[in-house]
Amino acid sequence: MLVWLLAIVMGLSVGIALYTFVYARGASYLTDDPKACLNCHVMRTEYDGWVKASHRQAAVCNDCHTPEGVVQKYASKGYNGFLHSVAFTSGHFPDVIQLKPYTRAITERACLKCHTDVVHAIQMRRGQELSCLHCHQNVGHQ
Amino acid sequence: MNGREPSSRTLIIAVVVSALAAFAVTALLINIFQRQEEAKHVFFRVVDLDDHIDDPAIWGKNFPFQYDAYKRTVDQVRTRYGGSEAVPRTPTNADPRSVVAQSKLEADPRLKTIWAGYAFARDFREDRGHAYMLDDQTFTERQIAVKQPGTCLQCHGSVYTAMTELGKGDVMQGFEKMNALPYAEARKLAKHPVSCIDCHAPDTMQLRITRPAFIEGIRALKARDGVKDYDVNTMATRQELRAFVCAQCHVEYYFKGSEKRLTFPWGNGLQGDQILAYYDAIQFKDWTHAETGSPLLKAQHPEFEMWSQGIHARSGVACADCHMPYKREGAMKISDHHVRSPLLNINRACQTCHKWPEAELKARVEMIQDRTFELRNRAMDAMVALIADLKAARDQGLSDELLAPAQTFHRKAQFLFDFVEAENSTGFHAPQEAARLLGQAIDLARQGQLTVRGQKPR
Repeated sequence: MLVWLLAIVMGLSVGIALYTFVYARGASYLTDDPKACLNCHVMRTEYDGWVKASHRQAAVCNDCHTPEGVVQKYASKGYNGFLHSVAFTSGHFPDVIQLKPYTRAITERACLKCHTDVVHAIQMRRGQELSCLHCHQNVGHQ
Repeated sequence: MNGREPSSRTLIIAVVVSALAAFAVTALLINIFQRQEEAKHVFFRVVDLDDHIDDPAIWGKNFPFQYDAYKRTVDQVRTRYGGSEAVPRTPTNADPRSVVAQSKLEADPRLKTIWAGYAFARDFREDRGHAYMLDDQTFTERQIAVKQPGTCLQCHGSVYTAMTELGKGDVMQGFEKMNALPYAEARKLAKHPVSCIDCHAPDTMQLRITRPAFIEGIRALKARDGVKDYDVNTMATRQELRAFVCAQCHVEYYFKGSEKRLTFPWGNGLQGDQILAYYDAIQFKDWTHAETGSPLLKAQHPEFEMWSQGIHARSGVACADCHMPYKREGAMKISDHHVRSPLLNINRACQTCHKWPEAELKARVEMIQDRTFELRNRAMDAMVALIADLKAARDQGLSDELLAPAQTFHRKAQFLFDFVEAENSTGFHAPQEAARLLGQAIDLARQGQLTVRGQKPR
């Protein structure tokens, strides 16, 4: 008898979880579509900025905000996605959102994916790299 | 399977755990649902608002988040050069306040010398939040020192509806009638400190100007720039209005003529020396200095004028962008009606544009303020020295006629110094303009001293 009850309760849990996943457009977060980032209203300013910014021609959110490599990319998405969910559910986050050091490093490396040829002459040795974002903080979206 | 049935205890734990999981996921689902609904509906009309409702609590029923923040202007928080501390005091019958802000006169007694003979030398405190504007004006000792007109209430209470009623629907007429009333009479007409209706139209919530003095002042300013018959309520952009609504009060002003008409002296422009030239042309004075006999002017909180000279104004950044920045309530984005120092809200106020750490941004602001404050102190020393010289000369029997040129220097130095001193940003709104005015004030005070000493009998 208890086994049946357990089966029903587990089935309910899985069902509710699946519904929540679909309702919250969970699958969209596995894609590269910038609209997925817009599911959460917090990204509206960044999205609107990107739509009008020069990089729209060349890059979507994931090109600059996730690392290279399929495993690293989804690990990073999972990690940041979890933090974002906690932040938006609890409401405890700065209104003007900010990069963490880990995500900032991803973005710094992303610049070089395309611009290495232009900047290799001014790139210093390891540990003393110039920061692209120090001057070009607005290229992605503002 | 190992063929062993799990014990009923294990099963019960499994049921409980999966039920808790279902509970948590459902709670998350509802939260996501709420956030999405919040994003769809930004406001619910609970009451119908019209032009006769000045009670912010009624507006607050339609806009609870804005109202909630508005009520928080009671907070008293100190910043390095501004803000206010809650100083306890024993209430009396004449003044029932149990908490006031700290006295600026006690903090720097040089101000008593500089304003000697004027009501400000009697009581002058740090400004508190909007919530206190009506009480702090009603109970300041300046009321005892001078008989004040009803005009004062223009900016110390929500008087738009009162003016409309006084003028039988015509704000301009109501304005004139209220100016002419004695303060105590006019005070009875104001029930709230600045309220929703003073900046918002009740039907559309759009910003609008309700104060006749600003309508006339900005028209005079625009006329000087070659714009004829400027009507602020039809010709100003939304972003301009996000500064203009504040400029209905945070400005330099004087009471014109015997009818005490509140007037903004902007016909020559908004800079301190341009306003001084305006006052010189009409030979206006606020008071006669008790020790020097000079006909002096007192500047009052010219925040709008100072801001207009700074880089933020030039970049199109309005008062509301920093003092009422956007904030989130769930999925809603609203402007923060808890009007306060941006230094208490750096993330929302500054980091929208300036991508630097909060500590760095605070240090930048305070560096500007430290430098302004140093220059302000030098200007005060020069003022006090000039006052001492003029007083000594009078004590020796030199006539006011002979001292008139030095008194003119005193008048100019006093106004330009005060234009920075009375301004509520310690130079931040326009650092170079503040330094320029203080530099002039120091020079004028020292020139005044040279003039006095040149006239001393040897």
